[in-house]
Amino acid sequence: MTTLDYSDIGKVIPRVLREDETTPTVFTEPQPPIKLDRRQFLKLTGLVGGGLMLSFAPLRKVRAQDGTVFSPNVFVKIDAEGILLYAPNPEIGQGVKTSLPMMLAEELDVAWEDVRVVQAPIDRAYGGQFAGGSMSTPTSWEPLRTAGATARHMLVEAAAQKWQVSADTLSTQNSMVKHASSNREISYRELAADAAKIAVPSRESIKFKDPKQYRLLGKRITGVDNDAIVRGKPLFGIDQMLPGLKYAVYQKCPAIGGTVKSANLDEVKKMPGVLQAGVLEGTGNAMEVLPGVFIIADSTWAAFQAKRALKVEWDENNASKDSWSETVTQASKLVEQAGNRTVDTGDVDAAFAANERQAEGYYKYFFVSHAPLEPQNCTAMFKDGELELWAPTQTPTWGMGPAARAAGIDQSKVKLNQLRCGGGFGRRLYNDFMCEAAAIAKNYPGVPVKLQWTREDDISYDLFRGGGFHKLRGCVDEQGKVVGWHNRHATITGDQGIGSGQFPMGMVDNLRVEHTGIDWKHRCAAWRAPGSNVFGFVLMSFLHELAHAGGRDHRDVLLELLGEERLMNRGGMHTGRAAACVKLATEKAGWTNKKEGRGLGVAFYYSHAGHIAEVAEVSVGDVEGTVTNRQGKSVQKRSLKVHKVTVAADVGPIINLSGAENQVQGSVVDGLSTMVDLAITFENGRVQETNFDKYRMLRMGETPEVEVHFINTGEHSPTGLGEPAFPPLAPAVGNAIFDACGYRVRTLPISEEGFYLV
Amino acid sequence: MKVSVNNTTHDLTGIDPSTPLLWVLRDHLNLVGTKFGCGISQCGACTVLIDDTAVKSCIYPISAVGDKDVTTIEGLASDEEELTPLQQAWVDVDVAQCGYCQAGQIMATEALLRENPNPTDADINTALAGHLCRCGTYLRVREAVKVAAKHRS
Repeated sequence: MTTLDYSDIGKVIPRVLREDETTPTVFTEPQPPIKLDRRQFLKLTGLVGGGLMLSFAPLRKVRAQDGTVFSPNVFVKIDAEGILLYAPNPEIGQGVKTSLPMMLAEELDVAWEDVRVVQAPIDRAYGGQFAGGSMSTPTSWEPLRTAGATARHMLVEAAAQKWQVSADTLSTQNSMVKHASSNREISYRELAADAAKIAVPSRESIKFKDPKQYRLLGKRITGVDNDAIVRGKPLFGIDQMLPGLKYAVYQKCPAIGGTVKSANLDEVKKMPGVLQAGVLEGTGNAMEVLPGVFIIADSTWAAFQAKRALKVEWDENNASKDSWSETVTQASKLVEQAGNRTVDTGDVDAAFAANERQAEGYYKYFFVSHAPLEPQNCTAMFKDGELELWAPTQTPTWGMGPAARAAGIDQSKVKLNQLRCGGGFGRRLYNDFMCEAAAIAKNYPGVPVKLQWTREDDISYDLFRGGGFHKLRGCVDEQGKVVGWHNRHATITGDQGIGSGQFPMGMVDNLRVEHTGIDWKHRCAAWRAPGSNVFGFVLMSFLHELAHAGGRDHRDVLLELLGEERLMNRGGMHTGRAAACVKLATEKAGWTNKKEGRGLGVAFYYSHAGHIAEVAEVSVGDVEGTVTNRQGKSVQKRSLKVHKVTVAADVGPIINLSGAENQVQGSVVDGLSTMVDLAITFENGRVQETNFDKYRMLRMGETPEVEVHFINTGEHSPTGLGEPAFPPLAPAVGNAIFDACGYRVRTLPISEEGFYLV
Repeated sequence: MKVSVNNTTHDLTGIDPSTPLLWVLRDHLNLVGTKFGCGISQCGACTVLIDDTAVKSCIYPISAVGDKDVTTIEGLASDEEELTPLQQAWVDVDVAQCGYCQAGQIMATEALLRENPNPTDADINTALAGHLCRCGTYLRVREAVKVAAKHRS
């Protein structure tokens, strides 16, 4: 039936966002993020040329720009009734709907209680509106402070004119302008109409606060949506209601790439509540719409029931035959052969010949799924040649082009409403669900349709974190210094393997990396801290193996490897910041004063501009017999208790202390959950674990205590925290297990080696 | 068929009696605070109270409700009223990251605290064992339960 070719499905996957890429910030999505230089930014935000922002897209209480509203840029709006701040980027649980407006509020010098925060509309004037790569904080820091400081400057000028005094004699605090010598004060709201008449000053004339004067940044501020969340108000994509809303499901081939031969559509259409059913050929792009059958019904439940009764005959000629068990066998051979030599510095062979103290380890990690708790969904309405979308997405602007293509219209005919995401973790960087909703709505015009994926859909059609295999060899000299490192690894096709910025590049004189690609059809893409989330485990575990081979303390070897203080050539890792984290985390965790019966393990990783060290304190139970793992092997069963994880993080100054701590604690929990028992396997092209009964995440009782310390030297700008606290956790725990019982875990998840959490 | 939700009686004539309570709440009664996460009673996002008992509404057929009272997250405090001490604890402790699981966590806690006003850590772990938080906010959930218990007593 289909004429489109899905045989190359595994090769169209976009490169993932990795901090070790030599070019910055690359998603090869259709529309790259708008990276504005300052001049462009000023232009777009109306900060040059004077006057109010013309492309300002107002929300709710639409008010004519009649001069009573002070809105010097798209982020700030003040009138006699209140102060509105616009949160530009998608909220996916990383806290930016609170932290980004805090940047504005600090420089605007408003009392936080006076502020109402709303999600900004999708508009190029806001710059790159996306949530990915822990980029929201660093990319917003200058623009938002500038926007806030500019507005403050204009309010002061308005007061100066009103009182006929010099602006230098005025100060601001808590949404008020004050004239100390005459004991006068006036609120921003009262000044709004006058401020609207002030010309927007040049960037050069704007002064930022001295960080010592901060009243808001670095404090604990609770989330702006907390009240709505605890009341159960509609917030998330899945909550979107519209008059006449209908409910859709979409069934794709369980072996990805399969096309529809036939389906029992007549039978399905007769089921209660079913309004329409049909076949979509797909767009030929695996990131947009894959072939399948859609069903539209008058309720979600009716649609789910119809999906269960749906019988599709698939043409699987070009479909996935992916098999994890075969891949495991294949990879064990691949790592014995030379691969593509991507890094080769010094003389590795000579180093191994000259140094007898060596270690070798074969590491592997399974696939995992993003599994955000809100399954993918999107509401779409196609009417009169135009498409409106209500979407929980991390990349609203990048989804609009593909969604337009899926609906067969020009992107200018698409309007997108950004909604809160019930978790992201990288899954919602990709807008296949949005494209499907667009294509389905096109087939049911004039009516709003909410596409709802089941949990089984969400896991089966995820864009996974791929599995991988590493054979590592290393050697140390007579002093136990790491002098040789050889990492031969095989990962799925499309992944580039370890990049030139990953640890310990530039720190070991003789270093070789070889990579081999494994053909794979299921889609793989960015998963929280891409690359680092697995390389961190492999590399920082193996470093511990080498420290042990040299008979030395792991912390000492790690600090020695970091060496003198310097900025590494590629990426922004600074060895001094790294060492400070390692020292602080080990000191706070009692590295030299270990409790009886406990194991301590340390790991450091630099990712997404964050320097983070973690120390895990664990105890391991005695062997309790054997258990059969996913690979059918009998392994010794042992309990693992992670008592505490101590984290030292340098991400520059902290914006919101409450949110930042939450991100670190959550990353530790996610790291532990993922390393212990999460695995996706494939047989005959089909995902074997499709719901939470088989994909078992950590629960409350297994959660360790997490102690968080932030380092801020005052020399750096703030960077993001959605990702970098994830990578050090697994190696820290693995190293602690070795310290506790002498057993080296080399497989993720470690349930493959018999460990279970208590 | 009629059902009482948050002290309001709704006529559900015409709705398939095997429909899970979750979808009746979300699609028919516009009460979308109760969330869909897995559909097989594994994640707890859909938790509501039936009388005083926390149930997973994704597998609970509407026909089984009978004359019992259903309470959803929207039924704890109406928009005009102040938050309950339980909800306020969630706000003050700043529990949520994405927030998607929190309605279920809060409803399970409401059931716990009705039965056990002063739960230990172990009691809380047990009562909330059926609730997944993908963002990993468990430490703050447990803290908020304790703060709520204190404010209710």
